Amino acid sequence: MADLEVDLVAADGKIWSGRARLVSAPAADGEIGILAGHAPVLTILRCGELRVKTSEGEALRWMVDGGFLSVDSDQVTVVVDSVEAATDTAAH
Amino acid sequence: MAGAQRVYKQRIKSTQALKKVFRAQELIAASRIGRARDRMHQATPASRAITHAVSALATHSTVSHPLLSQRSDTNRVAVLLVASDRGMAGAYSASAIREAERLVERLKATGKEVALYVFGRRAVSYYSFRRRPLAGQWTGGSDAPDVEVADEIASVLLEAFQAPADEGGVGELHVVYTQFVNMVTQRPRVIRMLPLEVVEGVAPVGSNDVLPLYEFEPSPEAVLDALLPRYVRSRIYSCMLQAAASELAARQRAMHTATDNAEDLIRLYTRLANQARQSEITQEISEIVSGADALAS
Repeated sequence: MADLEVDLVAADGKIWSGRARLVSAPAADGEIGILAGHAPVLTILRCGELRVKTSEGEALRWMVDGGFLSVDSDQVTVVVDSVEAATDTAAH
Repeated sequence: MAGAQRVYKQRIKSTQALKKVFRAQELIAASRIGRARDRMHQATPASRAITHAVSALATHSTVSHPLLSQRSDTNRVAVLLVASDRGMAGAYSASAIREAERLVERLKATGKEVALYVFGRRAVSYYSFRRRPLAGQWTGGSDAPDVEVADEIASVLLEAFQAPADEGGVGELHVVYTQFVNMVTQRPRVIRMLPLEVVEGVAPVGSNDVLPLYEFEPSPEAVLDALLPRYVRSRIYSCMLQAAASELAARQRAMHTATDNAEDLIRLYTRLANQARQSEITQEISEIVSGADALAS
């Protein structure tokens, strides 16, 4: 299965970047889930949880607040205003 | 005669003390510049992503936005000057200020009224000494600006840009900062930030790389509303980071020159002191000799 190239960046630096199977983000109209082959989209993010399932099957989570997300030929860029690692990373 | 020797000795001592200060400043600047450059590079991915998104929006939608359109109801323009907090950086602050002054003159010549916003203590004191009013000023942390300060500056400027004309609204925003080209070259630069001329990226996207047809959620207007202030913010932040790196590079170079000059001075004064000592001895000998001659004859 094709993978997504994900970049998670904040104003002062890159936070995470790598390959992922699934990205799920708190878009303005509600949760948006992105798999490979998603149509190009540019959406605003609200406060919420950003989840990334990496190619290795690892689940990563961050709490983000404001920003935007763009998807363009399996290249996902998430730009956030503020971000912190979700506390209970162990839970899936 | 002994006086001359003492004066030289004193000068040597004080120059040596200064040399230590210069050397220390040079080393401090040298150690910080690496970090400043790293921060400059770290900010690039975000600003590149934002620029890409804004250009995608601008090419694929025909929405108009206050930040994109020229205002005609006011002739006030804002100028943001980014300079340093401290001196000891050669002509760094002076040339940024000179560039800003030139811009102000040019704007005034076209009948504009200029509102100055200043970042950096050196520039603030330059204007307060001349009793020129400042519309906004920020000091502190010019060699390592953080995102919060950049956000604050951007918010103030965006607010001014969106304010009505009779409440001090401005029609344009120009930024004067020092571009960091490399360790040797830093160039004062003026850019017009608002109304926006969207430029694609620091690294240009290949010309045959057509921007995809995006879906905008919830709507192009809303996305633009959210994106443009972020764009301005990230541009201002990157200007400040460039200025910080330039400041440190300029300081390192200026302090290196100062250290060299101090060494030259010390060498010169040492020669003069030796000469003075020698001539003192010569004089004493000739006095003794001539005294003995006078007694002998």
